[in-house]
Amino acid sequence: MNFIPIESPFSEETISLLRAGDWVLISGRLIAARDAAHKLLSEMIKEGKDLPFELKGETIYYVGPTPPPPGKVIGSAGPTTSSRMDPYMLSFLQAGARGFIGKGPRSPRVRELLSQFKGVYFGTLGGAGALLSKYIKDKEVIAFPHLGPEAVLRLKVVDFPAVVIYDAFGGDLFELRRRID
Amino acid sequence: MRRIEARTVSEKVAELAVRANYFLPDDVLSALRRAEEQETSEDGRFVLAKLIENAELAAKEHLPLCQDTGVAVVFVTLGAEVVITGGSLPEAINEGVAKGYREGYLRASILADPLRRDRNTGDNTPAVIHIEIVPGDRLVIDFLVKGAGSENMSSVAMLAPAEGINGVKRFILSEVARKGASACPPLIIGVGIGGTMELASTLAKRALLRPIGKRSEDEAISALEEELLLLVNELGIGPLGLGGRTTALAVNIETHPCHIASLPVAVNLGCHSHRHQRVVI
Repeated sequence: MNFIPIESPFSEETISLLRAGDWVLISGRLIAARDAAHKLLSEMIKEGKDLPFELKGETIYYVGPTPPPPGKVIGSAGPTTSSRMDPYMLSFLQAGARGFIGKGPRSPRVRELLSQFKGVYFGTLGGAGALLSKYIKDKEVIAFPHLGPEAVLRLKVVDFPAVVIYDAFGGDLFELRRRID
Repeated sequence: MRRIEARTVSEKVAELAVRANYFLPDDVLSALRRAEEQETSEDGRFVLAKLIENAELAAKEHLPLCQDTGVAVVFVTLGAEVVITGGSLPEAINEGVAKGYREGYLRASILADPLRRDRNTGDNTPAVIHIEIVPGDRLVIDFLVKGAGSENMSSVAMLAPAEGINGVKRFILSEVARKGASACPPLIIGVGIGGTMELASTLAKRALLRPIGKRSEDEAISALEEELLLLVNELGIGPLGLGGRTTALAVNIETHPCHIASLPVAVNLGCHSHRHQRVVI
């Protein structure tokens, strides 16, 4: 298994080099957001309001971690199902987000949007939240603390493992695997 | 009559909630290890190895296996000779869930109102509770941590009886083919056949409690379970949908008599982080 180390936020060059099926180790910063935060942010984007943080160039991780036990940065922190965030993809891409990490297949529309805006969708280890928490080195609430487990966090990660599912050129790992089998 | 204090039930349920979330049952872990040996896809083997590592780490460090610590589904098998004293059984169960989720640093994922969606109950209550009354003086509690990722991929169909066993197979296979990759495979597939719409669903969920490798006692159903497991694993979905021969670890089917005009079938998908624990009081 080969892993490509990459820095988040991703440069245009990084995005242009990634292809569906590539495994990567992501270091840098991610924004943790899931259903409720997506709904609020996408409404703000549509209304042209200022966002509580900058989305341009950022990588979104679809996660709602468990509360941190004493002495830990974060609790269990694996990906949630990405397809629930499909309706918000257009506004997030318009606001400048370019990387998305979650689990599972998404709508064909999402694949097209990523190709159009030059963004990448990664899958990570669904259900391996305990293990994935080890790659998260820091955590800070940056918006919507009232959402509890759905508050928006900034995460610092080192060598966070993921696989490119939809690349910026229409490549689709799930479709690729279906063809091979 | 045998008296059991509500407080005892709460304490046991709290322990179950924590234990179920930290420790993957041995049958699931062994099945993952066997699958890792047999998996031919490189991505599939890598994913399975990581899932095993995750289970070992969660047990060692007392971390939840998955950040989705689920809706608490509690199956109670209550002996008719048991009397609960000092409180009601559902209240005692919910107190245990609240305590377990709070003290175990488990995520509270339950919204008070399904449509307004503006208030988290804060302690993962209420649990979904199924109570069955049986002869005897024992109280058995099965605690299932059901994540939404796999629960959302589940469904029930009211087939025409003419569709028969082939219709049942087609429905199960098409459900897994369409939705399996989103449900964190390798899956435990719970199937309920017969009864009514809600009973088929409950049977499908109860089927998830059966240990991996234990077949139905009905020979024909046992053969159907084995056949479906082979067919599902030929779909090629693989661990986390990345391709491979390990799409499911088990297909467990429960049946019930049904109306001459009905053939209900429910498919309840369970993810690889198949968390359930039992206590006998």
